[in-house]
Amino acid sequence: MTKSRIIGSAVAVLLIGGAIAAFAITWRPAISAIDPPAPQSFDKALVSRGRDLAAIGNCNDCHTVRGGKYFAGGLPVPTPFGTIFSSNITPEPETGIGRWPEAAFRRAMRRGVDRDGRHLYPTFPYDHFVNVTDEDDRALYAYLMTREPVRAPARANELPFPLNQRFVIAGWKLLFLRRGAYRPDPARSAEWNRGAYLVEGLAHCGACHTPRNALGAERLSAQFAGGEVDNWHAYAINAQSPAPVPWDADALFAYLRNGWHPDHGVARGPMALVVSNLSEVPDSDVRAIAVYMADVFGPPAPDRKRRAEELLAQAKSAPAQSAKTDATGASIYTAACATCHESSRPLPYAGINLALSTAISDPDPRNAANIVLSGVRPVAGERSPIMPGFAASMSDGQIAALLNYLRARFSNQGAWTGVEKTVSDARRTQTVFLKTMPEPDNVPADPTQRDKP
Amino acid sequence: MMLKVNGREHQVDADPDTPLLYVLRDDLGLNAAKFGCGLGQCGACTVIVDGNAVLSCVTPLLLLEGRQVTTLEGLGSIEAPAPIQRAFMEEQAAQCGYCIAGMMMRAQALLQKNPKPTDDDIRAELEPHLCRCGTHMRILRAVHRAAHLMQTADASTVQRSAR
Amino acid sequence: MNAPVILDRRRVLAGGGALIVSFALSDGFAQDQSAPTAPALKPPGSLATAPYLDSWIRIDADGNVTAFTGKAELGQGFKTAFQQIAAEELDVPFAALKVVTADTRLTANEGYTSGSHSMQDSGTAIQNAAAQVRELLIAEAARRLDLGPENLRTENGAVIASDGRRLPYGDLVAGDMLHVQAQPKSKLKDPATFKVMGQPIPRVDIPAKVTGGAAYVQDMRLPGMVHARIVRPPSYSAQLTDCDTGGIEKMPGVVKVLRDGNFLAVVANREFQAIKAMQALSAAAKWKETASLPKQDDLFRILTNLPSQDKTIFEQRNPSVLGQKTIEATYTRPYQSHGSIGPSCAVAQFADGTMTVWTHTQGVYPDRQGIAEMLRMPASNVRCIHVEGSGCYGHNGADDAAADAALIARALPGTPVRVQWMREQEHGWEPFGPAMVTKLKASLDDSGTIADWNFEVWSNTHSMRPGGAGSMLAAQHMAKPFAVPEAKPIPLPEGGGDRNAIPIYKFPNAHVVHHFIPDMPLRISAMRALGAYHNVFSIESFMDELAVAAGADAIEFRLKHLDDPRGRDVIARAAEGFGWRKGQKAPRDRGYGFAFARYKNLAAYCAIASEVEVNSETGRPRLVRAVAAVDSGQVVNPDGLINQIEGAIMQSMSWTLYESVTFDDTRITSIDWQTYPILRFDSVPDSVVVHVINRPGKPFLGSGETGQGPAAASIANAIANATGKRLRDLPLTRRKIKQAIDA
Repeated sequence: MTKSRIIGSAVAVLLIGGAIAAFAITWRPAISAIDPPAPQSFDKALVSRGRDLAAIGNCNDCHTVRGGKYFAGGLPVPTPFGTIFSSNITPEPETGIGRWPEAAFRRAMRRGVDRDGRHLYPTFPYDHFVNVTDEDDRALYAYLMTREPVRAPARANELPFPLNQRFVIAGWKLLFLRRGAYRPDPARSAEWNRGAYLVEGLAHCGACHTPRNALGAERLSAQFAGGEVDNWHAYAINAQSPAPVPWDADALFAYLRNGWHPDHGVARGPMALVVSNLSEVPDSDVRAIAVYMADVFGPPAPDRKRRAEELLAQAKSAPAQSAKTDATGASIYTAACATCHESSRPLPYAGINLALSTAISDPDPRNAANIVLSGVRPVAGERSPIMPGFAASMSDGQIAALLNYLRARFSNQGAWTGVEKTVSDARRTQTVFLKTMPEPDNVPADPTQRDKP
Repeated sequence: MMLKVNGREHQVDADPDTPLLYVLRDDLGLNAAKFGCGLGQCGACTVIVDGNAVLSCVTPLLLLEGRQVTTLEGLGSIEAPAPIQRAFMEEQAAQCGYCIAGMMMRAQALLQKNPKPTDDDIRAELEPHLCRCGTHMRILRAVHRAAHLMQTADASTVQRSAR
Repeated sequence: MNAPVILDRRRVLAGGGALIVSFALSDGFAQDQSAPTAPALKPPGSLATAPYLDSWIRIDADGNVTAFTGKAELGQGFKTAFQQIAAEELDVPFAALKVVTADTRLTANEGYTSGSHSMQDSGTAIQNAAAQVRELLIAEAARRLDLGPENLRTENGAVIASDGRRLPYGDLVAGDMLHVQAQPKSKLKDPATFKVMGQPIPRVDIPAKVTGGAAYVQDMRLPGMVHARIVRPPSYSAQLTDCDTGGIEKMPGVVKVLRDGNFLAVVANREFQAIKAMQALSAAAKWKETASLPKQDDLFRILTNLPSQDKTIFEQRNPSVLGQKTIEATYTRPYQSHGSIGPSCAVAQFADGTMTVWTHTQGVYPDRQGIAEMLRMPASNVRCIHVEGSGCYGHNGADDAAADAALIARALPGTPVRVQWMREQEHGWEPFGPAMVTKLKASLDDSGTIADWNFEVWSNTHSMRPGGAGSMLAAQHMAKPFAVPEAKPIPLPEGGGDRNAIPIYKFPNAHVVHHFIPDMPLRISAMRALGAYHNVFSIESFMDELAVAAGADAIEFRLKHLDDPRGRDVIARAAEGFGWRKGQKAPRDRGYGFAFARYKNLAAYCAIASEVEVNSETGRPRLVRAVAAVDSGQVVNPDGLINQIEGAIMQSMSWTLYESVTFDDTRITSIDWQTYPILRFDSVPDSVVVHVINRPGKPFLGSGETGQGPAAASIANAIANATGKRLRDLPLTRRKIKQAIDA
């Protein structure tokens, strides 16, 4: 054989081998379609468990668009790579998952592959759902297959080439998708383990609260160090938490259960639907999540604890004036904000004392900008907090002046930069967010008043 | 401070933190924008600033330097009503009428941006507004009618664009 | 309260000397010729208590006609309707006539604008007075022209003779010609000839309201007027222990700080100055509070255990009819709020010994009496003038604001004082619609007909209106306070808690008991429809429960027990308009419901069919469409009537699905729109259609409150139809529905 022939053969073998390997990596078989199972065939208790798990998993958040039916998909999810639209997971046979057997559902949750064998974009956080046990998947399947079928064809994703070719996801999975479900830590309590199982799995907190790398995967070395969704900053919920008052398990439980906490504020923005869902699940699960996350936050450093105690003591009375103030920002605050934010009314129906607000202490000004622009909208027929939005009455410059003032007066952190640009970007993204985000059903409520008629 | 309302400049002598609502009502004697809650919860105080609907009860004067404020009075009069005013009269879209001026300003701002709103668009837009008498159905009909009047540019009405 | 008023009209009418003109009515109407001048029978409507024609109609020498009513325009369109009535009967062009409303110096005492009485009482009075004035004018013209009245007719404000001679009213009116008492019967126009009555004339008040004209008491600006704000106690029984007012008196623009016992107020030149001073005064005030409110969770048990005056208000016995199948149910209604969009406001001025109060009270005369008593002044030195506020739907904070303004104005003689309540004050201090409990038990015979009906209702009074000074907060909070008057039930046939408790249906055996509870743990008073809202909700929900137990269609079942032909007509009309089919089945997640009542069993009839959607995931209810039919006798303004019924449906839907006052052991906690949510546009139905059954020539029937009860029950029945679960505790919230579905 000639040298060129040997090289040629070697290249051919490599190419063919590579192609076979690539094929092996990317190709997934289709699972046969079934007739849609009758809703009555599912055990009621299983469906009920599935409902709780779906609430923890926040499925209706992504898989519902404002004005649309539950689980029928269509929510645009902006990513750095383009916009992905959520799919229809109602049991409708043609456009939903009505023809999916349980095995296909489980494969989607574990491996991110749909019934036809196509890879799913990791916007669907199967890198978390891989942790979910078989029985929980069974319950979720039972719940979803007993929902109202809705005919709603999937909207086409808006992605550039080659990202719109699904096989590239296989490569992503090779790099970032772990195998195997969550393994309990025997050294920890059952409650902690339950919390860890839920947080790392269904609740997928890290999907928002963990920063991502250039390929859009969570940076596990910086787990819970903060992330983003819909141009909101999902705060760091580990030792780097910027909250003026450190979180503990009790506070977390109250916040997740009721949607607010007097020392932290009201859960709005993308968290609104999360707490709305969590208000319906068993107490023990919410407490487990709180216990695990309290551990992730870790105990506060002594000086941080001391500062928090001072702040809480001060917060009982009206905030003191600060020496260095931006005159415009100060006037705007006094005129537009102080009536509610310095009132004696208790939360959740009054503005939080801003010295306690995480939005003001966070390194990222986006959440503060979002809230000032859009306020807090009422939920139909429910006792719920209302804050007017100032998008129409304040210019970008005025909001920036206000935010800079709030930062200087109500936090002990350095000044934000680029605030005016943040505000003008936020105007745009908030409009879309408010138009598409599904509305929560439950709202932050005083627990003593929560279930009142 | 100089405040531009309905196309005219006014020298206003109020404290800069005074909500626009009181400046309009007490300093300028304008009736349409109403006190309903002072908390930004009911919409009765709505006026238009630079083309956008704004709750005047939570908008302090100091924000409005160099901005254009339009109130219901600036859109038209009984003798020469604007399309939105004509529509509300033709639909008899009022019972006690207290919430109506705020509704009309919100609707006006919407129609200036979106001349052909759907029923869902209008309902979503009016979400900040409360009506206790239950005139909702007529209000929706009146906004649709106003859109139609603005589209057909009926010669008998005066069309003024609120800026 | 309803004593005839001698009015001072000498300045208004030209000429002097009293002329007693006796006049002969045209044939067809009986008048006992042998009787003395005073009529033996009472004239209709409010003419019975204010019989002089010029209390109602005045014509000046230029022919300008003014109609007077002791009622107030609340946004129901009365001014327009009365203008139509007077213009029609007087044959005066609609636009040429003016209506003056409730003013203690100018109009008759018609008590309160409430109970849907305005058409029946005032409308009837104006109609008859106008008709009789027309006859007087014809008689005078006959005298002057020396013609028989049969040769005369009236048109466009003049009497016209068959030979063409024309005498305008202005020329005919002289001296005290109209100062005569009304006759018991009038020659009313034939409805077939109506030109203005029965027409959907556009309301006279809307143009100003949509162009920024001054239309409300909130728009009043008197020269030298100052702005006042009240600092109300944080709870009903709070006592002011300390208040350092020194700092507040020095605040910019502050004119005065008033402290009289627990009554605290601040007055400033500019409105926002007053608000800031109020906030500072509120922070400076120290109160001692007592936990005196009942536990909200336990409210209904507490109410039914309070001492009560128990009265059987209806009893029917036919022991030969026995029931086989018995069902029972208990329904509850929480305290609910009027929730007026514009918090209460009043302007008062004390000048030359007279206290003038401009107020949106529903009763200028009783309010005057209360204020006079509070200020220890003769009532003749107090004048209350009604100026429109936002919709009040009953007794809201209006009278209290009037008393506040009067008390402050007395301390600043000569200066007009404007009091504007804050949102939290209106929500926290208005007298609520009372909480109620009803217990129903009925049995069906073997043919599925109701054999036996038992109804018990527990309720406070539904009226704590002034009258006495002690009805008003300022008088209760002063250092020398006036006691809250004793609670009294409103007597039947009107009723309060027992309004509409007696069913309109005919049952062989029936027993209705009213447990009147004098103790009022929360401040309460009249709210639109009073007890009828909950009683009709209960009766009509229970009729549906019985219909289901009998396996019958909801409408057929009702018709089986109803004689009243006009009632049957509205039921049929609503059913037809809706497309109600026996045995119908609503689409998935939807239900159909029906309800009917005659308000007070003597006012307007209303039937409502509704379609409701219930989200099976969340429990959220939504009214999809409603079709109503209403019979209010002779219709004066059909559009005004439709507007009222549409509004009643929307308002009642909001009450029924969302609303309840909340409180802890000390304070009311539902104090703004966050904590007392009401209907917003995202829950407005797809359509509401109202069919009007006009009854030309029949008496006017009050319609302002007839829709509240039927709307509530119709929606509740539709929810039961949609979900298969019956809810009986108002409001029927999303959470309750979800719990019922999930159970």
